[in-house]
Amino acid sequence: MSSTEHNSLAPVEDGTRLPVANPGLGEHVERYTDADPAAARRAYLQVLTLFGLVPVLAIAFVVVYFAVPQHLWVPLLGTQWPLNSLLLGLTGGLAVLFIGLGAVHWARQLMSDHEMVEQRHPASSDTATREAFAEKVHAGVMDAGVSRRGMLLGSLGGALGILAVPALVSLADMGPWPTAAVRRETIEKTLWTEGEVVVNDVNARPLRPEDLEIGQLVNAEPASLFDLHGVDYMTEKAKSPLIVVRMDPNRIQIPESRRDWQVGGILAYSKICTHVGCPITLWEQQTHHVLCPCHQSTFDLGNSGVVVFGPAARSLPQLPLRVNADGYLVAQSDFTVPVGPSFFERDSHNDYVEGDQ
Amino acid sequence: MARPADVVPTPAAPEPRDTTGASAAPPQRTMPRGTTWLDERMGLAKIGKAGLRKVFPDHWSFLLGEIALYSFIVLLITGIFLTIWFRPSMAEIEYTGTYELMRGRHVSEAFASALDISFDVRGGLLVRQIHHWAALLFVAAITAHMLRVFFTGAFRKPREINWLIGVGLMATSLIAGFSGYSLPDDLLSGTGLRFVDGLIRSIPVVGTWLEFFVFGGQFPGELLISRLYMVHILLVPAVILGLISAHLALVVYHKHTQFPGPGRTEANVVGYPLFPVYMAKAGGFFFIVFGALILMAATMSINQVWLYGPYNPAAVTAGSQPDWYMGWLEGALRLIPPGWESHWGNTTWTWSVFLPGVGLMGLLFTVLALWPFVEAKLLGDTSEHHLLDRPRNAPTRTALGVAGMTCYGMFWLNGANDIIATQFNVSLNAVTMSIRVLVFVMPVIAFFVTKRICLSLQRADRERVLHGSESGVLVRDPAGGYAEGHAPISQGEAFTLTQHKQYEPLEASETEDEHGVRRRDPNAVSGFTARMSRWFVGDDVRKPTAAELEEAHHHEDASDDDMPRQLV
Repeated sequence: MSSTEHNSLAPVEDGTRLPVANPGLGEHVERYTDADPAAARRAYLQVLTLFGLVPVLAIAFVVVYFAVPQHLWVPLLGTQWPLNSLLLGLTGGLAVLFIGLGAVHWARQLMSDHEMVEQRHPASSDTATREAFAEKVHAGVMDAGVSRRGMLLGSLGGALGILAVPALVSLADMGPWPTAAVRRETIEKTLWTEGEVVVNDVNARPLRPEDLEIGQLVNAEPASLFDLHGVDYMTEKAKSPLIVVRMDPNRIQIPESRRDWQVGGILAYSKICTHVGCPITLWEQQTHHVLCPCHQSTFDLGNSGVVVFGPAARSLPQLPLRVNADGYLVAQSDFTVPVGPSFFERDSHNDYVEGDQ
Repeated sequence: MARPADVVPTPAAPEPRDTTGASAAPPQRTMPRGTTWLDERMGLAKIGKAGLRKVFPDHWSFLLGEIALYSFIVLLITGIFLTIWFRPSMAEIEYTGTYELMRGRHVSEAFASALDISFDVRGGLLVRQIHHWAALLFVAAITAHMLRVFFTGAFRKPREINWLIGVGLMATSLIAGFSGYSLPDDLLSGTGLRFVDGLIRSIPVVGTWLEFFVFGGQFPGELLISRLYMVHILLVPAVILGLISAHLALVVYHKHTQFPGPGRTEANVVGYPLFPVYMAKAGGFFFIVFGALILMAATMSINQVWLYGPYNPAAVTAGSQPDWYMGWLEGALRLIPPGWESHWGNTTWTWSVFLPGVGLMGLLFTVLALWPFVEAKLLGDTSEHHLLDRPRNAPTRTALGVAGMTCYGMFWLNGANDIIATQFNVSLNAVTMSIRVLVFVMPVIAFFVTKRICLSLQRADRERVLHGSESGVLVRDPAGGYAEGHAPISQGEAFTLTQHKQYEPLEASETEDEHGVRRRDPNAVSGFTARMSRWFVGDDVRKPTAAELEEAHHHEDASDDDMPRQLV
């Protein structure tokens, strides 16, 4: 829509828009520094003082940099302060601040403060300019010949557009492609296999059932995790951690299908939250609830890990446990479902749902 | 600066002061020394003639955008220092620096270098903390600036494009902040990345592919920190610099908006010249912002990564919080009740992460981007605006803005639901469940309360213009009654209170002509637009017309005969 008629910035001086006439700029009111030479001189000295303190502080900064030991922490106001950093900040910060305060003080007190009026111009061009512009566009279009040879622009657009394909394809190696086969070996798999020993996640010692009291929770890892290093270690550690809990078997619900997944009330669950993958940490011994500190998804470990609160949508995966010949807790297999947060291709039908047998 | 406390009665409209300073017929000046050389090469005199005495209006709220700009410059300066030392690598090394508690531990190079900057580079800790504080201030100042622009209507024509650039800047600043705080590879930032992994995965259809492409395989992989580093120090700053340049260029082209007041019109800008006043004030303000940030960094410890330790995918601490600007998304995620996930065929649609994470962010920026055009449509307004709205004079807009802020605030509050629960000894579940309701209820309450406050303020303005201000002097008349005299307000104030445009709700246009043929009129107003328009401006309190003012004066003259005018 053409809006040329609206582009005049002249004020609408009709009775509806402006019931009270614009009285124009008010009279200039003098500041103390305008009226009183002593006040002006005071302000002048204040500005000079602010600027004059800057070199002093700058030198102090350099002295602190070299003279104050880097690793000296001093107690002050009930906490420990890194002295070097603190003094560098105080000297440097005040130096910078004083430049600013001096400049603003100068502008506010000493520079002329007569208000000035500048006329605005509409953002748009006037009619003559628009016509001239249209003329130039027309001349350019004629020179380019695009109106006579209609395919030129279309083919150029198509040629430029298709360049997006090679540009995007060149990014195809940013990571491995998560095809079904790749997913099975990566995000749908952990280190747990038949016979993998459950070890304490801090000291890597294998766990025996008799080490666990009722109500006790141990963070555990597969023994083979500690053979890994670098990226492999981190990647597996993001999927394999366990929480191993011992509960009174008579006070929890164990579905028929999972009756032999536990050892005398010792159950193992994935420690990785099914919401966005934080490691679940906070254990409530009496309710058998475990809570994720990131978004407070709460799972009932006494009921196959179903969600009782918070944004998680799926039960915590449970790891089938048994005891090996040496009397240590081991896994019967990998998790029966992928651990961690949901992804599009995840088949979520096998997760435990409240009421399953 | 000094502003007139009152206005002299009916002055002749003052001659605009000549901004080139030539009106006093000064002696012919010669070019300052050294400038001729530049003028011969780049036309310095032409640029300076046009720009040196450019007038900017004065208001404290105009400083908010400046704070954003200056904290960005501080980020660039301190960021350069940090890149000298930071090593963006996830390779595992043994920490050998001076921090005793971590010595001998196997950590990533990124984390080790973050510790080195904190403990072994002189001034490094200070610069790291300036950088982090400046990042928080950057996003905060952008947010406050955007709210100022919204509530004063500074986004209206011709500034819609600059508003869009601002929305882009805000979105980019979030990426800048998040990519930066993920770099040290400490426990807290790693937990944040774990969340990002879950967020990316939740995107329907392409989520897993994006996850593998971003992380170079499974989480956490070994590529992410170096990739984020590129994003943080090259890609995002380049985009921000480009957008800021365009933002400022448009501010210069449009000239700054100004608040209404005596002598201020849609066609002028009243204020002080760039040279020397704003060079000193704005330049000085950069040093004030920088100085304040240095002092904050010196005295307020932030992001003590050495206490959190290196990232460990199997550990997290209670009370983990993201930087403040991510808090509302964090709160939205925490708010979702269990079970928001669909399992269709062999696929999983994770609404519980996708909707609050990706969806809310998209919603916020879409609404922000569309608003100027929606409002212009509802007002049928195609004129240029250079005088700012007082928020009360756009009651529905102001109420919507406050409702939006309240909704954001509720999400944000829930981002700290665990802290609220532990600090106030209340049930975490009760806090979360209350906010699940409040996030819908509070914005509605805020809308109506704000709108009523705005309308009352409009009504008070109207009263003040018509009947003057209460003098505070009670007079007893001979019959024993009491009355309070009203003192007329100055013409300047009356003008300020009445200069705004009074919008009428749009009427739906006839959709058929007299022959029953549908009109094809691109400017037609649909019934829906007309209803929305009535909702948007229909309740506005009408400002007094010239006739009403006239009548009010007559009324006062007639009834206040025994009221001494000296009360004025």
